[in-house]
Amino acid sequence: MTEPLLVLTDIRLTWPGQAEPVLNFDDFRIDRGEKLFLFGPSGAGKSTLLGLIGGLVPPDRGRIHFAGQDLDQLSGPRRDRVRAEHIGVIFQQFNLLPWLDVRANVTLPCQFSRARARRAGDVAASVERLLEAMDLEPALWSQRADRLSVGQQQRVAAARALIGSPALILADEPTSALDTDRRQSFLDLLFAQVEAAGSALLFVSHDRGLGQHFDRQLDLTAFNRATVSP
Amino acid sequence: MNLLRLAWLSLLNRRFAVVLTICTIALSIGLLVLVEQLRSEVRQGFYRSVAGTDLIVGARTAPVQLLLYSVFGIGDATNNISWNTYSELRELPEVAWAIPMALGDGHRGYRVMGTSDAFFDHFRYGNRQPLELAKGRAFEDLFEVVIGHQVARQLGYALGDELVLAHGTGRVSLQQHDDHPFTTTGILGPTGTPVDQQLYISLAAHRAIHIGWESGVQRPGGGLDPEGARAMADELRPESLTAILLGLHTRAAVFGLQRRVNDYRPEALTAIMPGITLQELWRITGVAEQVLRVVAGLVVLAGLLGMLTVLLTTLNERRREMAILRANGARPVQIASLLVFEAGLIAAAGILTGIGLALLVQAAAAPWLLQHYSLHVGLSLPAPGLWLVLGGIFLAGLLVALVPALLAYRRTLADGMQIKS
Repeated sequence: MTEPLLVLTDIRLTWPGQAEPVLNFDDFRIDRGEKLFLFGPSGAGKSTLLGLIGGLVPPDRGRIHFAGQDLDQLSGPRRDRVRAEHIGVIFQQFNLLPWLDVRANVTLPCQFSRARARRAGDVAASVERLLEAMDLEPALWSQRADRLSVGQQQRVAAARALIGSPALILADEPTSALDTDRRQSFLDLLFAQVEAAGSALLFVSHDRGLGQHFDRQLDLTAFNRATVSP
Repeated sequence: MNLLRLAWLSLLNRRFAVVLTICTIALSIGLLVLVEQLRSEVRQGFYRSVAGTDLIVGARTAPVQLLLYSVFGIGDATNNISWNTYSELRELPEVAWAIPMALGDGHRGYRVMGTSDAFFDHFRYGNRQPLELAKGRAFEDLFEVVIGHQVARQLGYALGDELVLAHGTGRVSLQQHDDHPFTTTGILGPTGTPVDQQLYISLAAHRAIHIGWESGVQRPGGGLDPEGARAMADELRPESLTAILLGLHTRAAVFGLQRRVNDYRPEALTAIMPGITLQELWRITGVAEQVLRVVAGLVVLAGLLGMLTVLLTTLNERRREMAILRANGARPVQIASLLVFEAGLIAAAGILTGIGLALLVQAAAAPWLLQHYSLHVGLSLPAPGLWLVLGGIFLAGLLVALVPALLAYRRTLADGMQIKS
């Protein structure tokens, strides 16, 4: 059996100035190519967990093994590099730099990581292929990002997360700004491309209804012993 | 597209605030540069005017005052020196030349100077350049006048024009020497000194038009008619002079002669070395200059603080931008350097625009300074010292940017992957 993509062991994380830890669990893992749905109410520490995996927030203690490296052992700049190379991110909304056009927004990760650019091969062609796959017409590609509708913006953000086939896509409630019909079509498009890229997907949401499409579902409050802050 | 291009596009997106910030800095830099430029140009202008003169002799008075009224036409003499003194000084072995100056008359606001041929032969300005007649010749006949370059230009005079001198140097003169009209025989070339703003007549003519004016106003019927004056031209000479410009054979003799003139028994005299007296003048004006400098410096500080304010306020708006960049692989150092780069660009643009602005104002003010103060203000680039100051301000701009850069750095660390909308 192959090694999991991500293994978090014995994690504890407390925000500065707070008495109780927001994250406190023994074991969390994601396999390569796995699509994992993580459910949790607001304030349960979902975003914090994503920051932890992305190497942006260091834990008080615990081990983070990701893509063959121990993130907790790495310096800040090395962690930044691992994130740039291996992780694509989609936020709830406001994903794009409004003053860049769609193409430039999707190209962004390739500017901060040569590995992503290398994997993307012909970056421009790769960008266009992804935009097309995410159902965005070529007429939009040269538009400023803030000219697009919210749904279109989320699809551009997905294309950006996928460029250069990172090992893991982190999605922080990317569908909560979309209405129900679009939610489904967005998920379909995202799944197709995640599978095509061979990436794993960690999808975080408070909307339990979305979970049925995923390989696995997890309730953060079930394994995280931290008290939920109001 | 690299990081710099990202910074550039981000700046373009906020161009309104950015342009305003650049304007603020440009204005403050412009003021600073202008103060410094005018200061050095004005000083150079003053030095140009007296560069060729070793000593200026006048009646006992304050050195600065003597310099100002004799050469620069600022203020009036309170006392004169006698013709005898002039004769004696002229004959001294160390004196190469002596230019007599008899002031007190004017023509439409310009000063009229009674002098001798020595003026045309020996007067030096700037880099020891001699005077040149652009047109015509020096005065020969009694009622002939040579006019300065600016006088000819401003009043539109040409050779052969007749003009009437006025008693007193005011712009509006009630008393005209209209019984003795003068003919223009020469126009001097431009010098960029007060020479351009004066009219020149012979000492004999100066005397002739004042016969009958001993009390300060014309005695009815007391004037000399032109023909009579011409007949006795060789004997006409003023009883007193306003000042004398002296050139010596060797500069080393200046100090000795200055002391001797100051100790001169028959008459109370003051002899000054123009360069040294100018230094004295700068010491007086230095206080005002310092105040101007401090004000300019404070304005620059205000400009930099303005930039800091804009950077800090936009930082909040741009929190999202920073988080996006960070989530897509930008390191905190890269994000901080974006801000420093941005500030550098704003500061550099502000400084260059400011210099341009200062030069523009300088160019616009030059004709006015030339006309009213005979100051030739050239369009020189800032002196090396000023460049150093400007470089320091640029560095200060970068340092100021470290504040928002540091804040952005810490925020991107603290925000983690969350996006604040």
